[in-house]
Amino acid sequence: MVEMFAAENGLKGDARLQAISNAIRVVPHFPKQGIMFQDITTLLLDHKAFKNTVDIFVDRYKDMDISVVAGVEARGFMFGPTIALAIGAKFVPLRKPKKLPGEVIAEAYELEYGSDCLEMHVGAVEAGERAIVIDDLVATGGTLSAAISLLERVGAEVVECACVIGLREVKGQRRLNGKPLYILVEPREIDSC
Amino acid sequence: MLQRALIFSSSNPICSQLPTTAPPDNTVFPKRNGGWIIPFSSYQLPAFRLRNYRPSDSAANRPNMASQDEQDPRISNISSAIRVIPDFPKPGIIFQDITTLLLDTKAFRDTIDLFVERYRGKDISVVAGIEARGFIFGPPIALAIGAKFVPMRKPNKLPGEVLSEEYSLEYGKDTMEMHVDAVKAGERALIIDDLVATGGTLSAAIRLLERVGVHVVECACVIELPELKGREWLGEKPLFVLVSST
Repeated sequence: MVEMFAAENGLKGDARLQAISNAIRVVPHFPKQGIMFQDITTLLLDHKAFKNTVDIFVDRYKDMDISVVAGVEARGFMFGPTIALAIGAKFVPLRKPKKLPGEVIAEAYELEYGSDCLEMHVGAVEAGERAIVIDDLVATGGTLSAAISLLERVGAEVVECACVIGLREVKGQRRLNGKPLYILVEPREIDSC
Repeated sequence: MLQRALIFSSSNPICSQLPTTAPPDNTVFPKRNGGWIIPFSSYQLPAFRLRNYRPSDSAANRPNMASQDEQDPRISNISSAIRVIPDFPKPGIIFQDITTLLLDTKAFRDTIDLFVERYRGKDISVVAGIEARGFIFGPPIALAIGAKFVPMRKPNKLPGEVLSEEYSLEYGKDTMEMHVDAVKAGERALIIDDLVATGGTLSAAIRLLERVGVHVVECACVIELPELKGREWLGEKPLFVLVSST
């Protein structure tokens, strides 16, 4: 699995990245004690930083012949469609069970306690299409793994996974089937303001 | 099958002088099905009539529509790109599936363009999108018109301090939440969702924004189900839709 942080992969010193990081609010102990929640809703309120976030992804993917942007419910929906529109790709929502009305394929994935399931409409993606997967944050990579599986099961090629925020991987922790992972910023511990 | 599709807007054009009104405290909001379309038995709508083009229809039959003369040529492709799925989430309900619209790059682009053309340059600083399909249409519009995007979410999803608004379902209630510090009094806002049926969800979103002094300029949806009279339930609040599904 190839993990790439933007600042180390072509955007070293890019001022936009610092502004994006600063626009993300850290909410301590949500949803439970000990978790420093990275809240991207404040990024969505900062029009310039939000636009820069999208622009960085668009610049990266626009010439990679991507025809599918798959976004993971629900925060992946906030970033994916704008990217898809800008690069001329379809947007494919990957959803929790029973939300998609048509025929679906489903992939289970592990949570800290128990498991969950991600679904995709049959027929949304064709074999041979080149796809990226978008979510706001990657931690263990469980959700992204399920997303990759769904796309590969219908014969698509997952070119890369892209997240606004990502932790540096503890060795061997993530299983993204060898897929590259592109991350804009790392999580912050506490709010500086 | 062709779909009868119109652009129509409420009788109020967007302007800075629109009055800010909150629904009165004793307003009754309609019960709505958890799946936002009321059961088949509650209205007489033969399934096979849906999405059939009837050239004899005219605005004269729809007195609450302001105008139907202007059909933007992009509308018919948008309408055709929406998939209709019978008996979802339960028998008798006809579901309007916008995911197929998202697969049609031109039609999706046109959908966003139609909203952006309407709202650009109107001093709108907030686009509020209702979870989850409002999250698909809202951000591209917000980015294009220079507004912030504010997600209106199911309970316990937003991590910061929230305002909550309860609204009725067909059986029971649900709650919508918004971050309190996402918006400021005096801001001008749009509310976006993929579809309006009874108007219950949109009404809850309006109440949340108005509670903090935001002026809701208009509600905007891709699809309206006019038989469910959501437009009436929104009262004085303008509603703009691209496609009317009868």
